[in-house]
Amino acid sequence: MTWAPAAALERLRQRARLLADIRAFFACRGVLEVETPYLSTAGATDPAIQSLSVPMGGGRRWLHSSPEFPMKRLLAAGSGDIYQIARVFRGEEAGRRHNPEFTLLEWYRVGFDHHALMAEVEALIRQVAGDRLAAPAQVLTYREAMLRHAGVDPFQAGEMELSRRARSLGLDVQGSLDRDGWLDLLMSMVVCEAFPANTLTLVHDYPASQAALARVRPGEPPLAERFEVYWGAMELANGFHELGDAAEQRRRFQADRDRRAQQGLSPVPLDERLIEALEAGLPDCAGVALGVDRLAMCLFGVETLRDVLAFDWERA
Amino acid sequence: MATYSTNEFKSGLKILMDGDPCTIVENEFVKPGKGQAFSRVKIRNLKTGRVLDKTFKSGESVEAADVMDTEMQYLYNDGEFWHFMVPDNFEQYAAGETAVADAMKWLKEQDTCVVTLWNNSPLSVAPPNFVELTITQCDPGIRGDTATGGTKPATLETGAVVKVPLFVNEGDVIRVDTRSGEYVSRA
Repeated sequence: MTWAPAAALERLRQRARLLADIRAFFACRGVLEVETPYLSTAGATDPAIQSLSVPMGGGRRWLHSSPEFPMKRLLAAGSGDIYQIARVFRGEEAGRRHNPEFTLLEWYRVGFDHHALMAEVEALIRQVAGDRLAAPAQVLTYREAMLRHAGVDPFQAGEMELSRRARSLGLDVQGSLDRDGWLDLLMSMVVCEAFPANTLTLVHDYPASQAALARVRPGEPPLAERFEVYWGAMELANGFHELGDAAEQRRRFQADRDRRAQQGLSPVPLDERLIEALEAGLPDCAGVALGVDRLAMCLFGVETLRDVLAFDWERA
Repeated sequence: MATYSTNEFKSGLKILMDGDPCTIVENEFVKPGKGQAFSRVKIRNLKTGRVLDKTFKSGESVEAADVMDTEMQYLYNDGEFWHFMVPDNFEQYAAGETAVADAMKWLKEQDTCVVTLWNNSPLSVAPPNFVELTITQCDPGIRGDTATGGTKPATLETGAVVKVPLFVNEGDVIRVDTRSGEYVSRA
């Protein structure tokens, strides 16, 4: 039957308890729950994310793919530590571990760097997971993870070497990839598959070309102060020591827009209000977005996102 | 020429890969939160039966294979070709040995099979899941022995050899599951 829910009702009860546990965690730590608009005048410029839009009387509005930009505007306005649990939207993402709309937990901590926030992400997950997680978490730099599990140095290897390595690991790829594309391929199909089950793996210090909205620490090579959290092979969260430099933010938005144009993707308006907020001054902070549905999958021991959603994309 | 983009991939889709018709067995969408999306697929080459793993960059497209499963009645074998007919329009198709392959030992005239056509010629033949065939040769039955669970080989009218219980006799018609090649019951 198509009217019936995807998830068992018991899973939905567990899911409600998980949300209550998350809120209790932040209430304990004095982090303020906020809500920001789902429909904005600007979208995500990142070429790897398809922002969905809705035609409205006053012009097109964009469904948020994460609440990052308005939350940073709150931070710039002096909100202090904040969190949000929101449904977010990403076109063309559907599968066992993807649904075009899903629940994101996003939070920001003033005065934290990415390492302090990595510790807090681990604390939150441990609190809701109880004894389901083997202790302790594994912490690796991006370079260590790639060297150990894919046998390549992500800061040295060129496109040719990465593609040869992928082939020798049994990956037969259709379509041309750039350097970061090859790195993404190895990371998501080889490296994270090697992470130990029922263990958290935290990966940090990414190539500057994959900084997204993280600050880049100068050096040789320069490193993005970005981290990812995995439960076994499942990517759960992505965080940054947040970029506060308005001019650099504008350059990255513009570079995204140029890449979108090169790839023949439709243009997305950049968020001028975010840039204004950064000009006004973003406090030094770190932020992270965690997929709540995926966390629920790990906690409940189920294999598909459908099993933790009342109504998945096919039933929506 | 029809093509499919990766976002149309699903199991059962028929595509051309390196010139051969293939079917998608499994399709998994893989994408890091920040970064390149991929479709990781298992495909079966319909000519060779081999299963291959391929990874497509999202947005790539691939040529559709003009492959269709059609129910047909098996007519006869002329020594070289196996002849089939579509009951609705009486169209006939001749399938060679590579297309018929393992199905040949189950084919009985008049039975309905699924013939997979590629560019309108038979690519493979699937026999019915259950067939009823006469035993042409086996050792004599042991009367009353329905309990010991022993078996003996029996040759069927199509040439297939299956294990049957001891009480079954030459001339009996038996029901066989063609997917496992196992005896089910006396018909």
